[in-house]
Amino acid sequence: MSEEPRPYTLVAELTYRCPLRCVYCSNPTDWAGHRDALGTDDWLRVFREAEALGVVQLNLTGGEPLLRDDLERLVEGARRLDLYTNLITSGIPLARARLARLKALGLDNVQVSVQDVDQASSDRIAGVRAFDRKLEVARWVKELGFPLTLNVVLHRENLERVGDVIALAESLGADRLELANTQYLGWALVNRRTLLPTRGQLDAARDVARAARRRLQGRMEVLFVTPDYYAEFPKACMDGWGRRFLVVAPDGLVLPCHAAHTLPGLTFDNARTRPLADIWRHSTAFGAFRGEAWMPEPCRSCDRRAVDFGGCRCQAYHLTGDAAATDPACSLAPSHALVEAARAEALEPTDTLTYRAARAAEGV
Amino acid sequence: MIAITADSRPTLAAKARLRWDRQTSRYLLLYPERGLVLNPTAADVVQLCTGEHTVGAIVDRLAVKYAPQPRESVEREVVAFLGQMAERGLIRSGDE
Repeated sequence: MSEEPRPYTLVAELTYRCPLRCVYCSNPTDWAGHRDALGTDDWLRVFREAEALGVVQLNLTGGEPLLRDDLERLVEGARRLDLYTNLITSGIPLARARLARLKALGLDNVQVSVQDVDQASSDRIAGVRAFDRKLEVARWVKELGFPLTLNVVLHRENLERVGDVIALAESLGADRLELANTQYLGWALVNRRTLLPTRGQLDAARDVARAARRRLQGRMEVLFVTPDYYAEFPKACMDGWGRRFLVVAPDGLVLPCHAAHTLPGLTFDNARTRPLADIWRHSTAFGAFRGEAWMPEPCRSCDRRAVDFGGCRCQAYHLTGDAAATDPACSLAPSHALVEAARAEALEPTDTLTYRAARAAEGV
Repeated sequence: MIAITADSRPTLAAKARLRWDRQTSRYLLLYPERGLVLNPTAADVVQLCTGEHTVGAIVDRLAVKYAPQPRESVEREVVAFLGQMAERGLIRSGDE
């Protein structure tokens, strides 16, 4: 890598707390052990340091960022730094007046998630009754003049309704629709046997999304986030480790991706005790999988090593036990059989779901 | 294909915001989760997409600024650029 990597996006995970209990939550399964350790001034300093490093995009996320009482001050501070600020929210708990205040303070975009297109299916995935409230919030977003991103995580139980999801996004006037196939990490890995779709389901959904993208071009951006379990090659996770993204977790840990602290053997620095620029440029953890020196074969000599950067380190660890392995989603990976076995399981699915919970997994 | 004509009065889409980038000395056009680095000409065009100016007026202005480049060639570039931006949903033609 010749040029020095520059972070463009700061993902600020303001808290892991959330009123929802989604079965595919990407927060670590031990989330309840991580306190909200950063106060308002800490976060504002993190934003300043990130902007000075080159960050121009700020994602305020969690957990549920609305649970922070100081969200208004954080948005105001972000706007003062001219950061493009995106609130990534379940919409709960939100009052219209608070959303209007956030608009006045300079929030740029609101991303609301819904789990499905009807209340029963949506609430089954969220683990709480939330669907109607979310639609109301999405309507406020548009009424107040924000651009709206609608995010829907796709899995076996809702993939066949992608056409209805697109119609819902159109009826809400969404500017952007993220059809995000589940990434099987965190709680989603716990629930993989129930959530992983078949290839047939995915292919059909992709065709529907592709047709909608053409039809809606220029009006609504339709993204279909690659389902890597059925791809030939892995995804370029985070655009490469320590290349474009900085994640700061609720406890202040500075991470290359939101699940990196689940990897063993790496020590991550805290934003309260070490300057962000120093962590980005010089920390061992950010250097661990940067560039190509860490790569095993077949990545090391692969033509795609600068395209997908060896895939996802967390997926490599959680499936193979080795964070430095080639992502098993890659058809060339020595451990690819693990992904093939999961696909075979998808032909005989279960309907058991484990909801995100504070303690030991709670089955239903 | 979204038609951009000389009479269109383009505006920046609600989701897009222009920002000066100190590191590269370029304008960035930012939108959710993404951004484009604009070259100086593109930045000149985007800054005039306020809904106030027609494409014809934008071309007139830039033809003066980029003289001696012929007006027709400036027009071709501006219309092509705005068409691409409209397809990405970053510019509204003002005609819809």
